[in-house]
Amino acid sequence: MTHRSETVLDVQDVHVEFSGIIALDGVSFGIAQDEILGLIGPNGAGKTTLFNCLSRLYHPSRGDILLGGTSILQWPAHQIARAGIGRTFQNVALFGDLTVRDNISVGMHALTRGNLVSDALRLPMSRRTEARIRTETEELAELLEIADVLEVTAANLPFGTQKRVELARALASKPRILLMDEPAGGLNQEEVFLLGELMKRVRTEFKTSILLVEHHMGLVMSIADHVVALNFGKKLAEGTPAEIQAHPQVIEAYLGGGDA
Amino acid sequence: MELLIGQTLSGLANGAIYACIALALVMIYKTIDHLNIAQGEMAMISTFFAWQLMEWGVPYWPAFFLTIFVAFCGGVAIDRVLFRPLAKAPVLTHLAGFVALFMILNSVAGLVWDFTIKPFPYPFGTSPFLGSSLISTHQAAMIGISMVLLFLLYLFFQFTRIGLAMRAAATLPESARLVGIRTGRMVSLGWGMASAIGAVAGMLIAPVVFLEPNMMAGILLYGFAAAVLGGLSSPAGAVAGGLLVGVFENLVGTFVPGVGHEIKLPLALALIIAVLALKPNGLFGRKITQRV
Repeated sequence: MTHRSETVLDVQDVHVEFSGIIALDGVSFGIAQDEILGLIGPNGAGKTTLFNCLSRLYHPSRGDILLGGTSILQWPAHQIARAGIGRTFQNVALFGDLTVRDNISVGMHALTRGNLVSDALRLPMSRRTEARIRTETEELAELLEIADVLEVTAANLPFGTQKRVELARALASKPRILLMDEPAGGLNQEEVFLLGELMKRVRTEFKTSILLVEHHMGLVMSIADHVVALNFGKKLAEGTPAEIQAHPQVIEAYLGGGDA
Repeated sequence: MELLIGQTLSGLANGAIYACIALALVMIYKTIDHLNIAQGEMAMISTFFAWQLMEWGVPYWPAFFLTIFVAFCGGVAIDRVLFRPLAKAPVLTHLAGFVALFMILNSVAGLVWDFTIKPFPYPFGTSPFLGSSLISTHQAAMIGISMVLLFLLYLFFQFTRIGLAMRAAATLPESARLVGIRTGRMVSLGWGMASAIGAVAGMLIAPVVFLEPNMMAGILLYGFAAAVLGGLSSPAGAVAGGLLVGVFENLVGTFVPGVGHEIKLPLALALIIAVLALKPNGLFGRKITQRV
């Protein structure tokens, strides 16, 4: 196994069951600091289930998930963002009737303070916070090249742009680890290439680790430092992209499996 | 001509109250996806509270603002005690909850303050507004206070961090939680604010319809009509709908022969049916499409 720096996120022996169906069966792996980890596997392998455990939408029946050495499983979902886990969704879960600006700003909610009274009375603290949110929103929009659509309602944007907005919202909480669920889905070849470049830039500029679930093998193999392959809820293999591409079981289950 | 302008203005005065009630309905509808049929009774009991304070010798304006604060806390309490435990319950359970709340508030008001009609003070009197014969000072105050309230709410939702968090939580609770918003708290805030808006509407309309436990029945129907007309998902639509319903009701009552005071309320119901049949999303509502 290749040398990897200190682990940020540790998935330990995670089991998830949905009324008798076992979606995850003892999955363990770790993500290192500033690493892009690709999570691959055929449909139904349990990738999205694992994501939902990480963002506290599902609760594993066994096992643990450690972020920087602390278990995240006793935290409610709203504390996940403050703890440093950001995510984007397969189908894009933006606030459709909010503008792009509002969608990004709301991503900073976990990092900023204020309450009903201070906000309603526009106390200096709230005004400073809002000024900071405004500047940082604009910087993020600049970086993701969505500055010219800041005032557009999110639902009216093309899918590819919505994905950028969602990424900006996730980055707004300055995550230590960014979960991206099939970011290449619905994008054309050129957009996928740009996305890969963007992810590498995000990793460097935000010093964040990225856990990437993706069907687009070209993207995974070109940008991931480390790859974990799942099948039927179990870990099949783990290693560098080259090792995974050469792994006989992975080839059988996924890459070379007849009609795939 | 003078009659037309006068009737339009007094229509706007009532319409401002309908707008407040409609906005309160829309706020709750957007956060929990159900129509709060007890909204009127919540406003009524707040108004009784204000009346009681004044009976005890509290001057009008301190009583007014104290009532708003207490109504806010009451709204939060209703959410915590009654509707939070029902959060995942089916729609009929919610309906039963709303009916129960309606009956409880109505009966409690009757029990404590009895069903006799009580006068409620005009904060600014009823003299003609700025010497004009078109509109009374109280009607001008109804329009003025409601519009200031609605404008402040707009600023709050549009430009503050908590306002944004409330909008986000109402749009997509799962995503909101993931960016660190405590969605349960936002729902409570929504209930508190809806209740407080209702209290303002109740205190402004009480001098006109007089204070008694059933005072809000008609107002609530107009509020429903306004919310449906504007589109249940649109706060701005609720306000526009309220003003339109107020003016429509008054003009039809004045100018269409045979439509007297008695038939105004059925008109509101006819309007609800017409909008639902012809334009179910209302004038400003967004069409809901679901990915399948």
